[in-house]
Amino acid sequence: MNRIFKRPDSLTDANTHFCPGCTHGIAHRLIAEVMDELGITDNTIGIPGVGCCVFLYTYFPIDVLEAPHGRAPACATGMKRAQPDKIVFVYQGDGDLAAIGTSEVIHAANRGENITIFFINNSVYGMTGGQMAPTTLLGQQTTTSPYGRDFQSEGYPIRMAELLATLEGVAYSTRVALHSPKHVNQARKAVRKAFEMQMNGMGFSMVEMLSTCNTNWRVSPLEALKTIENEMIPYYPLGVFKERTGKDFL
Amino acid sequence: MAYIIIDKERCKGCYFCIEFCPKNIIVISKEHNKLGYFPAEFPMEDEDKCTGCKTCASMCPDMAIEVYK
Repeated sequence: MNRIFKRPDSLTDANTHFCPGCTHGIAHRLIAEVMDELGITDNTIGIPGVGCCVFLYTYFPIDVLEAPHGRAPACATGMKRAQPDKIVFVYQGDGDLAAIGTSEVIHAANRGENITIFFINNSVYGMTGGQMAPTTLLGQQTTTSPYGRDFQSEGYPIRMAELLATLEGVAYSTRVALHSPKHVNQARKAVRKAFEMQMNGMGFSMVEMLSTCNTNWRVSPLEALKTIENEMIPYYPLGVFKERTGKDFL
Repeated sequence: MAYIIIDKERCKGCYFCIEFCPKNIIVISKEHNKLGYFPAEFPMEDEDKCTGCKTCASMCPDMAIEVYK
C-alpha cells in the first residue's frame, strides 16, 4: 500500500487555530499543495493580512511579513520590487481586503504589480466577532447589523473579483468556492494558475475564495457549506473574470 | 483496497469527511481527543469498501487525513 495523500510538505506540523469546519484550513492546504507542485516553497514570501489569516507564519515554513491592517498589497509591492526573483503572495480576508485595504488592493492591481492575492471572502469580520463587512449579504444578520443588512443604510455587498477585473493591470481575476470536493478541485487549479501568472511575469493575479465562518454565522459547519451554495453563490457568481494571455501582454 | 488514517489529535469533528465520503464509511469516535472534540474515525474492518478516492482528505480543513491505496 502506498500513501497517495498526505499533509503537504509546504505546511508545518502545527495544528491550525481555526474553528472546526473553517474553510481557511482548506485554502491553506491548497496553497501549500500548489507550492509543493511548483517547487517554489524555498523561494516564496507570504504576506497575510490581519484577521484569522494572521498566523500564516505558524503554518507555512516560509518567510512571512506581517502587514498592518489592509496594507498587505502595499507591503507585497515593496517586497516584490526589492526581490523580484521571489514569489510573493498575499493572503487576506474580506474585512482586510475589501474594507480597510480597498485602496491598497485597487492601486496595487492598477499598477499591475506582479503579485498574487488570495482573498478569503466569508462575508463577515471573523476574528473580531462577526461584525458586518462590505461583503456581508443583504439581509444577513451580524453583530453590527442585528436586523439584517439593509442597502439603504449600509449599501450593497461589494464584488471584488469583478471590480478588479475591470482594471488594466490585472492579469488574472477569478472567484472560486470551497464548499464541495468539486469546487475545491477547481480552486486548486485557480491557485496554481495564479502562481503561474506571477512566475511568468504576467502581472497582478487575484483568487477570491468563498469561504465559511460558521461560528459567526451561528450555524453548524455542514449548514455553512450549504449557505455558500444557496446564499453566497447566487450573489457572488463563480468564474474567471479576467485572464491575460501571452498575446495581450503589454 | 484502501484505507485512511485520521490523526485524531488534529481532527476537530467538523463532519466534512463523513458528509462527503461516497461510501459512508467514516464515523464519529465515541471518545474525545485532547482538544475535547469528538474526532472522525475510520473503522479498519471497512478497508474493503474504501476506494481511496481522497474526497475526505481533499475536504479536511485540518489536514488530518492520510490516504493509503
